[in-house]
Amino acid sequence: MVTTWNRIKNSDFIYHFLRDPVACVSFMILLVLVVSSFAAPIIAPHDPYNPATIDIMDSELPPAWNAEGTAKFLLGTDDMGRDLLSTMLYGMRISIIIGLGAVALQAFLGIVIGLLSGYIKRLDTILMRIADVQLSFSTYMIAIFIGAIFQMMFGVANYEQIAAPLLILIIGLAEWPQYARTVRASVLAEKKKEYVEAARVIGLSNIRIMWRHILPNTLSPVLVISTVQVANAIMSEAALSFLGLGMPMTKPSLGSLITAGFEYIFSGSWWITILPGILLVLLILVINLLGDWVRDYLNPKLYKG
Amino acid sequence: MTTNNPEILVSIRNVVKHFDISGGWLEQIKFDNGRITRKQSIVKAVNGISFDIKKGQTVSVVGESGCGKSTLARTVMGLYPPNSGEILYQGKRIDNLSDAKLKHYRTRMQMVFQDPYASLNPRMTVGKTLREPIRFHRPELKEGQVAEKVAEVMAKVGIDPDWQDRFPHEFSGGQRQRISIARALALDPDFIVADEPIAALDVSIQAQILNLMMDLQEKSDLTYLFISHDLSVVEHISDVVAVMYLGSLCEMAPKKQLFDNPAHPYTQALLSAIPKLGHEFSHEKLKGDIPSPINLPAGCVFHTRCKYVNDRCRSEIPAQRAGDGNTIVACHAVEEKRI
Amino acid sequence: MSELLKIKNLNVDFALRERTLRAINDVSISIDKGERLGVVGESGAGKSVLGFSIINLISKPGYIDSGQIVFKGEDISKYSYDRMRTIRGNQISMIFQDPMMTLNPVLSIGEQMRETVFAHMNVSKAKANEICVEKLKKVYIPSPEKRLNQYPHEFSGGMRQRIVIAISLLTNPDLIIADEPTTALDVTIQAEIMDLLLELCKTDNMGLMLITHDLSVVSQVTQRIAVMYAGTIVELGDTATVAHKPQHPYTVGLLGALPQRAGSEKRLNQIPGVMPGLAKIPAGCPFSDRCSLVGDICREKRPQLLEKTNGIRVACHFVE
Repeated sequence: MVTTWNRIKNSDFIYHFLRDPVACVSFMILLVLVVSSFAAPIIAPHDPYNPATIDIMDSELPPAWNAEGTAKFLLGTDDMGRDLLSTMLYGMRISIIIGLGAVALQAFLGIVIGLLSGYIKRLDTILMRIADVQLSFSTYMIAIFIGAIFQMMFGVANYEQIAAPLLILIIGLAEWPQYARTVRASVLAEKKKEYVEAARVIGLSNIRIMWRHILPNTLSPVLVISTVQVANAIMSEAALSFLGLGMPMTKPSLGSLITAGFEYIFSGSWWITILPGILLVLLILVINLLGDWVRDYLNPKLYKG
Repeated sequence: MTTNNPEILVSIRNVVKHFDISGGWLEQIKFDNGRITRKQSIVKAVNGISFDIKKGQTVSVVGESGCGKSTLARTVMGLYPPNSGEILYQGKRIDNLSDAKLKHYRTRMQMVFQDPYASLNPRMTVGKTLREPIRFHRPELKEGQVAEKVAEVMAKVGIDPDWQDRFPHEFSGGQRQRISIARALALDPDFIVADEPIAALDVSIQAQILNLMMDLQEKSDLTYLFISHDLSVVEHISDVVAVMYLGSLCEMAPKKQLFDNPAHPYTQALLSAIPKLGHEFSHEKLKGDIPSPINLPAGCVFHTRCKYVNDRCRSEIPAQRAGDGNTIVACHAVEEKRI
Repeated sequence: MSELLKIKNLNVDFALRERTLRAINDVSISIDKGERLGVVGESGAGKSVLGFSIINLISKPGYIDSGQIVFKGEDISKYSYDRMRTIRGNQISMIFQDPMMTLNPVLSIGEQMRETVFAHMNVSKAKANEICVEKLKKVYIPSPEKRLNQYPHEFSGGMRQRIVIAISLLTNPDLIIADEPTTALDVTIQAEIMDLLLELCKTDNMGLMLITHDLSVVSQVTQRIAVMYAGTIVELGDTATVAHKPQHPYTVGLLGALPQRAGSEKRLNQIPGVMPGLAKIPAGCPFSDRCSLVGDICREKRPQLLEKTNGIRVACHFVE
């Protein structure tokens, strides 16, 4: 255990990480954001999902530092009288869950399809053409289409129940070709290497060679695009919610909060839109900065092959 | 035919291997003089090679890069199916077997690769790499027996069995090549194809690996098909040497015969080009470059560079002809006694 | 003969994250005008670093720590990058292992050659072409006028290396540093390229520093050989003596490991172990952990490169 810890402590990864202030700060911020969003039920001062605690009379209160604000609502309240800080924490949790879930689905589909496409020549053309077709649809177009159908089929009330899994499904289905292409490219490079031939000489089956030998060696580029994809998925979710096709107002994500506040921005209640907006930008920014760092760290090795 | 000769372990019969590198049919369409034509680019890597490998011998295949020697090795191992021709193992044809039927032969013949950095899976520990073939082919063995076997092969190639949990990048090039050999030995094969096993190593390490291979041959009664471009190494390790040029066999003879009395003009040129320690240069110059294996010359493939060339060489492909003393030569000039 | 290049007590260091490693340790060597010197060693011996440090092209984090590199009487080791350009590619040319590293695939041979000519000489385009054709003829490229308009991929590996040699000849250098010029080539092509280099050096009285791992190649082309091990020269002397009567245990082992020296012996003479990495070079003699003659003094004191009885210099405590 001690040796493993020492190994990690002395690894190049940690060494380079600690010497990059941007990466360190980004990681700290991300850590704070993720922990506080998942700890929302414990640390949030109010429960935005419990209608009993919400008083409509408290609506549109400005943040505490404002003359009209109260200490009870640190960042003010939204149009329904919910504490904005608590709602944002809960909302960020939903955003992150949808982002991670969508990426997990994308990665699963993309890796399986990329592996098959790279390893089995007969499937390559057809799978990659499907990916091309998929990429020529915009994510939002598919999402709007599917979202609208589901809202019609299930009704708005039921739609609220299935909104989160549905968003994961939509964003996941829309973006898998990114993974498939990346994985396919590294499979094509790896399968020419002699250790794959050695595995074939032993007589291992193709499936085993794909999973046990090739897949583990294609994972570093997957890691790199995953960071970018998480940020993209969170943004897609926010954009869909902004268009009213995402999370409903009863269970708002950061995107739906921004939309909800949008109506009040001209009546002076800027904080309902601006504060979740800042949080969203911050979240995406730190994920992208970390992703950039990971890519820079791994890239020279990728080139060395 | 000597198919049933028990001394012969592996026979290669008229093996042809071509690769289509022209891609999909859309990419094959070319504009040619205002007409649309479909053009296929086919690399003719191996063109009708036959020879036998006797039990316990080391047969080396030498040639310059692009002569098809590695393709031949991989075809023998069943990594590439031959376009035509047969591979026989102890008189039984193996090139057309299904994976399931081939499984038995996989334990009998194994391969060692050139690049010690690419031939081991970087994400698997050495122990895992070595256990994999044993577990796959002998599932009846218990955990302890597998571990015993792994320790045994590691000791055999001179790697401390305690290093099983290390990853390939923790080893030097020579040690990795030893591990590669251990993986090949894990199934106790009779026949090992070694594709340039020492080309990527330093001189002092080359000697260690060559010695190891010769020791193992003696101990375990192995038969080698040794692929190399280095004639001085080949001269040292082989019993029989085959010289390849552009996918064809030029000459095959017992080592001493080949190095003392090379018959084929290409063999002669190749031998004279070996740098000899502390001798002034005196090599036979070959004119021109090696033609592309996509557009092979008509007739004898060597005729564009051969100084004994005549009209027959330009039109007729020389057959592999048995010469005196277990030799094979494919040359019109030798046959006509012009050389 | 006059001294062309003299390296004196050269130390080259690589500054890594935890420590500084010495890649070249106290190397002194000289090349006379028109002399051909071979530098032989296994990978990691520091032979390429030596070649690069002469023309001040060591890649970061490497740097020359101390020592002198005197070229035609001037210490060039502390020249700035710009000042070095008057020498590099002009009076000293370099040939690398992979010709495609030197040649730009999107420029024709003529463009690349003229570029070099213009960089060092003030001549017209016609005159530059004339110089290019003359040099291509020198390296036996058939119909050079036509070839000038072709691109690197239209040439075979051996032809490309000839073109690289022709480029290095453009400025009539006094010294060519050839780093493994034939390692990527087949034996028959290798023989031709070596033949060519030898001929060019002889006719133009050029100095040659041939860096390679292949002792037999070096022994056919050069007049003197320096054997490197772990950043130091362990043996230096005229080719015939080093090739036939090596003194240093490492050179003895290296030559013994060559299959062609083994004769009828089945087993090759092998040196145990591997060359230590820069971080693990033993104190005292760098070869002490693999040497069969090793004694206590070897582990304590670093042997100097001293002239021994048969006229060659050897860094070993036990060679008389």
